[in-house]
Amino acid sequence: MPSITKPVAAHPSLQRNELGLTIRDYEGSMSTLCAGCGHDSITAAIIRAFWEMSTPPHMIAKLSGIGCSSKTPTYFVGGAHGFNSAHGRMPSIATGAAAANRDLTYIGISGDGDSLSIGIGQMVHAIRRNVRLLYVIENNGVYGLTKGQFSASADVGSKSKRGEPNRMEPIDPVRMALSLGATFIARSFSGDKEQLVPILKAGIAHRGFALVDVISPCVTFNDHEGSTKSYLQTRKHLMQATETDFVPPAREILANISSEGSTSVTMHDGSVVNFRRVPEGYDPTDRSKVTAFLDHHMKTGEVVTGLLYLDESSQDMHELSNSTEVPLAHIPFETLCPGSKVLDEFQEEYR
Amino acid sequence: MHDVLRVPARNQPAVNDFALKLANVNGTGSASANGLLMQAIFRMGIPVTGKNLFPSNIQGLPTWYEIRVNKDGYGARALDYDLMVAMNSQTYVRDVREVRSGGYLMYDSSWPLDPELLRNDVTFLGVPLAKMCNESFAEPRERILMKNIAYAGALCAALDIDMGVVDELLGEKYGRKKALLDSNHKALKLGYNYTRDNFACPLPFHLAKMDANGDKILIDGNTATALGCLYAGATVAAWYPITPSTSVLDAFKALCEKYRRDPDTGKNNFMIIQAEDELSAIGMVLGANWNGARAFTSTAGPGISLMNELIGLAYYAEIPAVIIDVQRVGPSTGMPTRTQQGDVLLSAYASHGDTRHILLFPSSPAECFEFAVKSFDLAEHFQTPVLMLSDLDIGMNDWVIPRLKWDDSFRPDRGKVLTAEELQAMANYFRYSPEDQDHVAARTLPGVDSKGSFFIRGSGHNKLGGYTEIPDEYKEVMDRLKLKHQASAKYVPAPIIHNRPGARFGVLSSGGCDPAVREALDILEERGVPADYLRVRGFPFDKPVEEFLASHEFTFVVEQNRDAQLKALLTLETPVPKEKLRSVLVYGGFPLSARHVVDAILDQIEN
Repeated sequence: MPSITKPVAAHPSLQRNELGLTIRDYEGSMSTLCAGCGHDSITAAIIRAFWEMSTPPHMIAKLSGIGCSSKTPTYFVGGAHGFNSAHGRMPSIATGAAAANRDLTYIGISGDGDSLSIGIGQMVHAIRRNVRLLYVIENNGVYGLTKGQFSASADVGSKSKRGEPNRMEPIDPVRMALSLGATFIARSFSGDKEQLVPILKAGIAHRGFALVDVISPCVTFNDHEGSTKSYLQTRKHLMQATETDFVPPAREILANISSEGSTSVTMHDGSVVNFRRVPEGYDPTDRSKVTAFLDHHMKTGEVVTGLLYLDESSQDMHELSNSTEVPLAHIPFETLCPGSKVLDEFQEEYR
Repeated sequence: MHDVLRVPARNQPAVNDFALKLANVNGTGSASANGLLMQAIFRMGIPVTGKNLFPSNIQGLPTWYEIRVNKDGYGARALDYDLMVAMNSQTYVRDVREVRSGGYLMYDSSWPLDPELLRNDVTFLGVPLAKMCNESFAEPRERILMKNIAYAGALCAALDIDMGVVDELLGEKYGRKKALLDSNHKALKLGYNYTRDNFACPLPFHLAKMDANGDKILIDGNTATALGCLYAGATVAAWYPITPSTSVLDAFKALCEKYRRDPDTGKNNFMIIQAEDELSAIGMVLGANWNGARAFTSTAGPGISLMNELIGLAYYAEIPAVIIDVQRVGPSTGMPTRTQQGDVLLSAYASHGDTRHILLFPSSPAECFEFAVKSFDLAEHFQTPVLMLSDLDIGMNDWVIPRLKWDDSFRPDRGKVLTAEELQAMANYFRYSPEDQDHVAARTLPGVDSKGSFFIRGSGHNKLGGYTEIPDEYKEVMDRLKLKHQASAKYVPAPIIHNRPGARFGVLSSGGCDPAVREALDILEERGVPADYLRVRGFPFDKPVEEFLASHEFTFVVEQNRDAQLKALLTLETPVPKEKLRSVLVYGGFPLSARHVVDAILDQIEN
């Protein structure tokens, strides 16, 4: 049950990460979402992913738009700066933030209303720029805070709580991102933390825009019979296309990367994403094969999950812009200002 | 009484005191010929103003360029043309009509002029430009382009423009492209020789070298704005292309590529992002400023409309942002290539709810440079959006201004930002408390220290930064924001006041109205109607503005919009009684002229 306070003390036996921090150090304030909300499970997975990655909390920047999903950045990594922006505008704010300081790890939390309706343009263009940002869509097919309107991800035939069916085609962020040239595309289910945590970790390590669409049932407005995004329906139609391990650079040697049919992708920081199991003929680094696979399985109503596509070779926004390695926000004024002599010389052209 | 005052609008033209207008077809290359003429006159040491009256079009529509030469330095737009260069058959009728009685009209006599167009009181100078160019140049495109240089040559003869200076300019421009340089010289000579041989040159009004320009420069406001952003240390610029502000970012990019490349690594100490729209452009600016970079956007009225949402977020969450608004004619798409001061009220209160912003009103490229730098200091000092309201006339026309100066001891005001050490020394950090004498609280940047971590939001928050829906807590923050805005009045550029003995009333104006108003006030004084002048340079208004309004029986507010927006802002934000303010409104889209102001003021004081 939600409450507004959390116990301050951590149990002494809690495990510590490379920074000596316990998982409690990656928590935030108490959730004010409905009990059983899928978003809270995603929050828990995010906490675990950052803790396991040993990311220093102050080097994380959490951004969100507006909606139930966008409230959640307060619920994880309290030691990180957060920016709860305006509806659908998180991608642009994250882009500007990433431009100013390339050293931070950026996570953007959004929902299906935030990303697929009011903010679809911003999301699409953040993908195009390949902003280094872990972008999580907490996708429940419904507007929660305004009490139950369909969102753009609602499936054809899915019924609202009042029994009214949705008749318009849904927007699928995964297939859209594939066509846009996104470099990291995953889908998961809030109820499958085992799958979600390694995906989030790979997304954190990814050089570029990492889209993670997480089906996250809304217990209050979209968990009824007739809804295609209820817990029951989602579990029934889940189809795990890939299983992934994320192996950080330091532990690489310990990992057992072998099994047949598996693919590994080495990330730019030396970590490895190991696809443990993939269907025959599936190649998570081949965009056209992934597209064909998804098109095929969509027809059967399956919810295909896993880290579905990964391209670690494309340049991110900073590389594309040829920007300096030093965060722009840290360059001293003396370096930035060309001074009076240059101004004088420059004006000779205007004589 | 005022029949006596109704002397002709202007004295007869004379040496270094006349105006010419060039009527061209857009996209035919006339801009470089017109720019060449402007620059040549400037180099001759003569005060000169050029106004480009261009269409929203790439090729084919009419476009005009006005050049006013004035030895006394009056730089506002002239309305009486002593010489018309009519190069556009589409607009002959109105171009012929616009020439002052007793003036001249130069046209391309390759084809006969319709006798109906002739006027007895105007001297027609026919120069067979197309014919000469067709005979001298083989390429069709070159024939069209060189026709422009040929009329520039004709004007050199007619107006006694120093050919040595013109040669020098062409050499600087095309020095490395010999073929092009030769063509230009050839075309120039064609026009020059024909005119010299066939007409009494120079005309009674013409040019004579002066030394009035000293070390002044000829520059457009958008380039000066970009220079200001460069010198202020802006590293992130996000924008969406829009007339008339595009050249701000074009210039900023060129400047950054020249002066912001790390000499060792070849990497950029800047990032310019062409956003998908203005919603995103302002979002990027907020994100970058939140993260500690100096970031700005440049736009026009339609962009400000879109940015309203996040301007409110920046105001309420207290995030610095610099927004350059190069105003154009609204509402809606309006007239994108025409000038206006139509965004004053929109900018002052941009966004829903109770919001109020810091505005700066530059009046020339010189102030574009100065105020652009100032904008960043104000935005960071007060942790709030700052809008610099330039306009198309200032931004896109070339102005003669004093050479820009830079003080190498200048250090930016980055506002109150806590370091890791300062945070560690504190018991607790709260984002919006405690406040200083300017009602500003210290901010922290991401990536510095977990102790300074803060969840910034546009939703209701209390003075500690926590979420709230409690009326008193909400009001406490909103009241402080109002005090903070008031406190910025002392920091915005002070008004410029020019009093005259015997003044009966005041005149108040802002921005690009300045040259016309100053000239108008001189004319009014000559006619026995002296007036005091105040030019506001920033909002919120400080005491001197209130005192000026209080100390005059009435004040004319001269501005370029229909609804008297500056006057409205004065009545809302100062104690001045509404009936003490009168309006002079010129909002058709062309730059203001002194005659507009003189006529409107005389009309009103008569009645």
